[in-house]
Amino acid sequence: MKMAKFNIPLLFGMIFSVSAGLLLGIGAFTFHYAKGTSYLSNDPKACINCHVMQEYFDSWIKSSHRQAATCNDCHIPHAFPAKYIAKMKNGWNHSKAFTLQNFPEPIRITQGNLVSLQQNCIHCHDIMTGNIAGHREAAEGTARCADCHRSVGHMQLS
Amino acid sequence: MSRILVFVGTILITALVTVGVTALLMNVQERKAESRWKQVKVVDLDETSVDPKEWAKNYPNEYDSYKRTVDTARTRYGGSEAYSKIDQTPIWKRIFSGYAFGVEYREERGHAFSLEDQKLTERTKQFSQPGACLQCHAGGMKQIYEIAGNGDLHAGFAKVNKMPLQEAWKLTRGHPIACIDCHDPKTMELRVTRPGFLNGIKELKKLEGIENYDPNTMATRQEMRAFVCGQCHVEYFFKGPQKQLTYPWSKGLKVEQIEKFYEEDGHIDWKHAETGAPVLKAQHPEFELWSQGIHARSGVTCADCHMPYKREGAMKVTDHHIRSPLLNASRACLPCHHFSEKEMIDRAETIQQRTQDLMTRAETALEALLDGIVEAKKRGASDEDLKTAFEMQKKAQWRLDFVSAENSMGFHAPQETARILAESIDYARQGQVAAQSLK
Repeated sequence: MKMAKFNIPLLFGMIFSVSAGLLLGIGAFTFHYAKGTSYLSNDPKACINCHVMQEYFDSWIKSSHRQAATCNDCHIPHAFPAKYIAKMKNGWNHSKAFTLQNFPEPIRITQGNLVSLQQNCIHCHDIMTGNIAGHREAAEGTARCADCHRSVGHMQLS
Repeated sequence: MSRILVFVGTILITALVTVGVTALLMNVQERKAESRWKQVKVVDLDETSVDPKEWAKNYPNEYDSYKRTVDTARTRYGGSEAYSKIDQTPIWKRIFSGYAFGVEYREERGHAFSLEDQKLTERTKQFSQPGACLQCHAGGMKQIYEIAGNGDLHAGFAKVNKMPLQEAWKLTRGHPIACIDCHDPKTMELRVTRPGFLNGIKELKKLEGIENYDPNTMATRQEMRAFVCGQCHVEYFFKGPQKQLTYPWSKGLKVEQIEKFYEEDGHIDWKHAETGAPVLKAQHPEFELWSQGIHARSGVTCADCHMPYKREGAMKVTDHHIRSPLLNASRACLPCHHFSEKEMIDRAETIQQRTQDLMTRAETALEALLDGIVEAKKRGASDEDLKTAFEMQKKAQWRLDFVSAENSMGFHAPQETARILAESIDYARQGQVAAQSLK
């Protein structure tokens, strides 16, 4: 009687395919469960996927800008591809911080995001600010709209 | 063979990545679960629930932080370590000569020790004190007074005030400041339970033209976040032979308004052993000094800085670890002040250093006045001759002590503190001149 040949490459191929499939499945589920696609949208609800943002969302709902601007309108650059680069950068920082729970509170905006924020104020209010935005302080970023107009988007919270 | 190794390696790497992805999945699941976590009511609390352990079953996060008031920590000018103030600055032994505070006077420890430390101090061991002292040192005072007064809070208050303190201790269940002292056990709303404050604030509001003021029904939530602390962190005295615990607020909360109250009442705390001048002792007028500062003016209360909000999971929790904001500046200051933690501590300590410098000058001036009176006595000056010098000693000492006994080293109202100390220095030097010009 001839013994059936033990096909080692086939066996490993099968194991690999099954585990790759498992990883793909779990990965896809995790992505879906964590509402991964929502981050491609402009929906402010995507920001409250993480509960630390809940209060900011709640106070934005009651703010003067609710009708005019969403989170992304103020916090993320508007143009392609800067918008998606900023989303990736912030997405990485936020998920790292929220997963590891090692961020300092109260949460503070980063320097880079502060620049985008200022640009976005001007983006909509350019006519109104036309005469003052030319000042050196505005150009250098030492005077920003939000320095004084702190609670137009959401209350200052910690 | 090497092909097998490649296969095994790939499978291992895939397994590791899968472990990572699954861990992430679990983490996301945990974070999501946090946001759904709500208060769970385990026990029914009522007016008999004096033991904070009962409250802990419903409010474990708050209880955890409340228990941390056992911590002792030093800040540059204060904190919660029971170091001896009169040993640190010996002039105060002289200022308090002939009075219990000249024997033992320590920095307060946290709320957890409010009852224990009252029993440990030489001021209750060597001196007889009235039951009035208990109002602010034990938990569940409302119940204690209501039992003593057969259901009448104020009658019980009057009764306990005049008992010897040792007898009053027997009425407690051994708890220090407790949940029930500031919270309604049914609704968790803030409330004032100390009759001393209820009477005091009623007098103060009368000045504003409001009759029969009751903070428990008429105060805003934000006001209550100061009033619950103002139940105890105030200036007070024991009125008359009944030892009625009284907050001297009917003329206002400023240092000279309280002084005027004492003047009209005729109250003095003791006769200074070295000079013989009748003088006053300031207690810990935190509520009064805070009321004169910019934070009070801006509607910022005690709880905002001493019990700031913190995050536990997705829940916003009031930190019941009541302590110096300097030990928790990011939570205490940064929500309003958009600067770094170090900057905020620097600002506070600058104010405190300036206060300390002025206080040292005021102490030196007062010491010169004491010397002046002692010298004048040696030259044969009578109490009648020294009337002006005595009056100045009382005024200077009252103001200096008002700042010294107040637990913020001037921070609660920096300009007001400087004004008070300037007056103290002026009165001390006026008194010194008066004593020295006696032949």
